[in-house]
Amino acid sequence: MGFEPRIVGFLCNWCSYTGADLAGTSRVPYAPSIRVIRVMCSARVDPTFVLRCLSEGADGVLVCGCHPGDCHYSEGNYKALRRMALLKRLVRDFGIEEERVRLEWVSASEGKRFADVVDDMTRKIRELGPSKVRAALAADRAER
Amino acid sequence: MAGKKLQIALYWGSACGGCDVAVLDTDEFILEVAALADIRLWPIAADGKYADVEAMADGELDLTLFNGAVRNSENEHIAKLLRRKSKLLVAFGSCAHMGGIPGLANQVTREEIFERAYLNNPSIEAGNVTIPSPRTRVNGRELVIPQLYRRVYKLDDVVPVDYYVPGCPPAPDQVKTVIQAIAAGALPQKGSVVGASERAVCDDCARIKKEKKVKRFFRPWEIRQDPELCLLEQGILCAGSVTRSGCGVRCPNSGMPCRGCYGPGPNVRDQGAKLLSAVASIVDSRDPEEIDRILDGIPDFMNYAYRFGLPASLLQRRFR
Repeated sequence: MGFEPRIVGFLCNWCSYTGADLAGTSRVPYAPSIRVIRVMCSARVDPTFVLRCLSEGADGVLVCGCHPGDCHYSEGNYKALRRMALLKRLVRDFGIEEERVRLEWVSASEGKRFADVVDDMTRKIRELGPSKVRAALAADRAER
Repeated sequence: MAGKKLQIALYWGSACGGCDVAVLDTDEFILEVAALADIRLWPIAADGKYADVEAMADGELDLTLFNGAVRNSENEHIAKLLRRKSKLLVAFGSCAHMGGIPGLANQVTREEIFERAYLNNPSIEAGNVTIPSPRTRVNGRELVIPQLYRRVYKLDDVVPVDYYVPGCPPAPDQVKTVIQAIAAGALPQKGSVVGASERAVCDDCARIKKEKKVKRFFRPWEIRQDPELCLLEQGILCAGSVTRSGCGVRCPNSGMPCRGCYGPGPNVRDQGAKLLSAVASIVDSRDPEEIDRILDGIPDFMNYAYRFGLPASLLQRRFR
């Protein structure tokens, strides 16, 4: 196997974090590739956070929020939806595969779905291979 | 510094010359500069050779205004030389500050640049291809040309920088303010951005701002513009909300959107990421397909978001 992806997950406090918690308490096994950061809302995820993760060498970034219509703050997940749509385009323009950045809706009752999302993303990133970002930036520094 | 004239140098790295013109654009103030200071090196406007700089004592220069990015080994060599000889080194203009327009080259490889410039350029006559080599012998002497780096760097990637004066180019009145502040010794904390404001361009922009919701983005020439209304509200991509003010809002006041040349506002790490947030938030839809259709109206978001600062962004370059 060799390569084990490192994925940073931003999970909204009200739905997705609780969903991930449910996956844990229900003993649903899933890939140990994700490092979870709890945020109050998927709309709290500034694109800067995602770009910083990628620049520090994360192989993928997963943002999870409440299903459309279910946002605790009514509109936050729609804001995240619009932002992630443009962010995926930007990431692609940086030469980074857009599959490395993903937005998913996970409710508080969807422990199994959270596990499936993490497994699926892990599998896809394993196929893509490790992120090239850190090695490329280190090579740049080395030329001077 | 009373009594003694300031010893200054102005230099250009990878630059267009616009920053030097901005210094000359201070009109008759340039004569005051001449009265206030000895210009020891200014390749675009005055005499003075690298050898003269090399002969100086370390710290002999009070100030160097360095414009231009670091694209090749010569830029880096001179940046290090001037750093050693100068008490204050100022990154002057967008290129030295953030990489500037030359920094957009971080999306292509050195090899692609070489092929485009020397092999596949439409202006090259058939059979008249000249390929530069790093070392050439002419009349029994060896000539060496600088090495083009794999990518573009901003000035503080290669040497410590004391102050940053943003702008493409810096506004002439700001140039004046900065030179006067240095002459008076009235400088803020090292590492500061000077000759600019702590506010955003939007804060200083007189256009009317209401609800921002757009169903379609326009290039500036695709729409008959309302001269009073916020450009972003009209669907014209404008970086005013994420850009440091101090420029005098000259672009939006002339009917052109802000392109972000003054760089990110205070405490913003990545200007493009913030612009992304602002632009995405005004898209008036909750439907993924419609959102995509609306975003298709922005032909090249990356080059807008990082037009003046790709090397200063978190990701710095395109990856392959």
